[in-house]
Amino acid sequence: MTQQGVRWTADQVLALAPDSASRKAGSKLGAAGPWSEAGSSDEGTVWGLCKGSGSKPYQTVIDIADAAGPAYKCSCPSRKFPCKHALGLLLLWAGEEGAVSPGQPPDWAEQWIKGRRQRAEDKRAAGASGSSSGSGDPEAARRRAERRAVRVTAGATELEQRLADLLRGGLAGAEQAGYGPWEETAARMVDAQAPGLAARVRELGAIPASGPGWPVRLLEECALVHLLDQGWLRRERLPDALADTVRSRIGLPSSADGPPVRDRWLVLAQYDTADTKLTTRRIWLHGADSGRTALLLSYGAAGRAPELALPVGLTLEAEVSAYPGAGQLRATLGEQFAPPTPTAIRPPGVTTAEASARYGEALREDPWLDSVPVTLDRVVPAPDGDSWQLADADADTALPLTPAARGRPGLWRLVALSGGAPVKVFGECGHRGFTPLTAWPEGAGEAVQLY
Amino acid sequence: MNRPSAPVDSSPPSTWEELVTAALLGTDRRTPPGCAPGREAPVALLDAAAVETVRRRAGLRPARAAQRPQPAPEDPRPALPPAAAHRLAMLLADRPGAAGGGRRGTSPDLMELLPQWLATANQRGFAPPPQSLPALLDAARGRTDLRPAVLTFAGPRAVWLARLNPDWRFALRAAPGGGAALPHLKDSARIQQLWQEGLFAERVALLSAVRTREPAAARELLTTTWATERAEDRLMFLDSLRTGLGPRDESFLEQALADRSRNVRATAAELLSALPGSALAARMAVRAGACVALDRTRETPAISVEAPHECDTGMERDGVVAKAPAGRGERSWWFGQLVEAAPLSTWPGRLGGRTPQEIVALPVADDWQGELHAAWCRAAVRQRDGEWARALLGSPSAPEAGGPGAVSLAERAKLLGTLGSAERAEWVAGFIATHGLSEAFQLLGVCAVPWGAPLGRAVVDALNIARDAGSYPWSFSGVMGLAERCLDPAEASRLDGLQAVPDESEDASPGAGGYWAEAFQRLVTTLRLRAAMTEELGTQAP
Repeated sequence: MTQQGVRWTADQVLALAPDSASRKAGSKLGAAGPWSEAGSSDEGTVWGLCKGSGSKPYQTVIDIADAAGPAYKCSCPSRKFPCKHALGLLLLWAGEEGAVSPGQPPDWAEQWIKGRRQRAEDKRAAGASGSSSGSGDPEAARRRAERRAVRVTAGATELEQRLADLLRGGLAGAEQAGYGPWEETAARMVDAQAPGLAARVRELGAIPASGPGWPVRLLEECALVHLLDQGWLRRERLPDALADTVRSRIGLPSSADGPPVRDRWLVLAQYDTADTKLTTRRIWLHGADSGRTALLLSYGAAGRAPELALPVGLTLEAEVSAYPGAGQLRATLGEQFAPPTPTAIRPPGVTTAEASARYGEALREDPWLDSVPVTLDRVVPAPDGDSWQLADADADTALPLTPAARGRPGLWRLVALSGGAPVKVFGECGHRGFTPLTAWPEGAGEAVQLY
Repeated sequence: MNRPSAPVDSSPPSTWEELVTAALLGTDRRTPPGCAPGREAPVALLDAAAVETVRRRAGLRPARAAQRPQPAPEDPRPALPPAAAHRLAMLLADRPGAAGGGRRGTSPDLMELLPQWLATANQRGFAPPPQSLPALLDAARGRTDLRPAVLTFAGPRAVWLARLNPDWRFALRAAPGGGAALPHLKDSARIQQLWQEGLFAERVALLSAVRTREPAAARELLTTTWATERAEDRLMFLDSLRTGLGPRDESFLEQALADRSRNVRATAAELLSALPGSALAARMAVRAGACVALDRTRETPAISVEAPHECDTGMERDGVVAKAPAGRGERSWWFGQLVEAAPLSTWPGRLGGRTPQEIVALPVADDWQGELHAAWCRAAVRQRDGEWARALLGSPSAPEAGGPGAVSLAERAKLLGTLGSAERAEWVAGFIATHGLSEAFQLLGVCAVPWGAPLGRAVVDALNIARDAGSYPWSFSGVMGLAERCLDPAEASRLDGLQAVPDESEDASPGAGGYWAEAFQRLVTTLRLRAAMTEELGTQAP
């Protein structure tokens, strides 16, 4: 593989930045000035020395070929990950031809890379020798799972009681009661070891303050919590796949035990959502050969970026294993066979009518789904009163954008990219509307991130 | 909530509405449809609501398409080369305010390079990547000085986009070069209509556009409505005659000397005095000439000044302001205005056929030199007279050039503006070589970018001297910043030796050497970046 072939774009590099300050600091270091002895090897390693404020330059190494996305090492004291030096070095490598010369890594870089490769090798060997080795006594594990199931059942029963009381007294009372009682119930669900229920209850608490139409939304969400409770309480009578879905919605741990699927995976989108405790990163993948869509989830502490990062618009030759459950797209990234490479592959698209139908069908397998990933082909962003919609270029139908998507700067990138002409848009289509995440112009052109 | 469409009709919509009503009031007060009242009613309600919720969601259909926007006009310019497009994304990502201020370190200030990048891209005639338009418009929204270049580069799609987002309205007001929004200049009916009915901003834009291409037509347009315009508007319109000012404007301006508004009168007088052949200039020449004479009675000839004793109505009509500002003597105030407005060509005749150079060298009696030379400076700038400017500037290495001499730095900077760019750079280079950098900032500001080799060398040498003198680099941060933007990138290699941390001498400020090395590193990095920027835009020049 030539260096030219694997080089990324600046946007793809900047997408790795944990926050906007790092992005800015990294962009500044993306020029030849402070760097010396920068180089890259065919195995996907980039290294360089960056002149900092001290007398000794920082040593920065990046392993782009790692299975879990790029890995970084820098001798600077920053706790940001990747640090500005790693970003700057990647930008230098991505930007100027000849700024990073091909060659053999120096000793300090070589050592780190060797250590990483060795550890990865050991882990794979350990994984192959028996998956049960890490989890201890299977009998003890079964007893733990049983004890937890008893607690969840108690929690679900209590929540049913709480919902019945609410409906008996009327939702109108919920507006006056405020957020307090919900927070308390959510804490009870955390005690019951049902984090999925706790999260849903917390959202219920926020609905009465969410503006006009809240009673409809509150009833909908109460009914879906009720449905989940009932699903858990009667899980023995459900088909296996649906029972798995209920377990994962309740928040019980599961592991990606689906068979590994090797494919050229196109990175469709990567975006983070944050609450007070946790940053959640979602990465959507599209299998160029299998046609499958997969979701990789990773987490970081609040305010810090999760480690896994895959630049949008690249493909990676890798294995992906699915989590259990009907209609579940969540998967985990297995072995990666080559560094991510730029690609001209685009996912095939559908019309807005087909996208709506796809969401409806997905609800059959997982009634708690808020949205499904779809690619819309030939749609035109059009203003619709205060809002925006994506209108089919060849039909009289359209999908409105979600209220959240209307406020994001990505909307204007989408409108500018379209210029009134049809574009291809990947996003999430659900009952709240469509959330655009990535777009491609009709002619040649790179994927444009919209989140 | 934003529903893509109404639910399907398989269940009567009333079922759901009744469920919501019952839920809102509570099953104790309202029995939900199809349920028995009593203890189990809430559960039955939730069961029914769950079915309805999933049914409603599964049955969602797309909405009707709204009116689609008109397609954006084609941009015929070629697309940016990929490397340049990425560079632009990087420059735009560097928004000020993201990271704290303070010391700048060795990394270049990317936002400051955006104007240069835009100028080069515009010169080569590239079209922007459409997805960069929002960031470009946002940058221009915050910085009015960037607007003309951004709007030229952003092209027709930016105007299309600005119609959809009120944050970018400025793009509609200021179509570059008076372009798209203004009627064609041959279309005199539409011009008349816009002139008669347009908003003030549109009319100003129209007038200056017409003036740029056909000065006489603009003046005639203005004459048609002159009498009915408001005073503030008259002032603005009159100001736009500055472009393409010529002898044919004289009669109109003469008329404006009798205007009701004092500001309009003053502006008209100022414009007339910039026309050396005008009647006003001749009147001023007579008045000023009466005040200045060559005193031959002395050993060496000297200029003697007799300032006017009164400001008569004729003078006032010709724009002389009668009331002096606080702290200035009335007579010298009037005198300054007369000399400033008199054509410079009168002086050689008045003063014994001497050249400007010889006239400036003449001694002036009774401390009038400051007043007289300052007025000549203003006259040279107004009449764009290079010969007089040269004479008044004097030699850059003269000792008084650096000090608070007769001609201030601000006046020098203005005088330099009347000279050609090469001559300007040479003079400033000479100035810096003699007087160093501390006074040079204003003068460097008027030099053409990139700086020519002699000027660049003079600046680098002076910075080097400043470093050796042991002061901190931030005393020169203004010049450093200018150098980063204006030095020819080809000079970068000459700076290599300066990037090392020098040995600290005894009398240097502590740590200064390190900071200087850092500042020079930043300078070199920025120059390399500029070279890369230009190259990226140049390789595929159409």
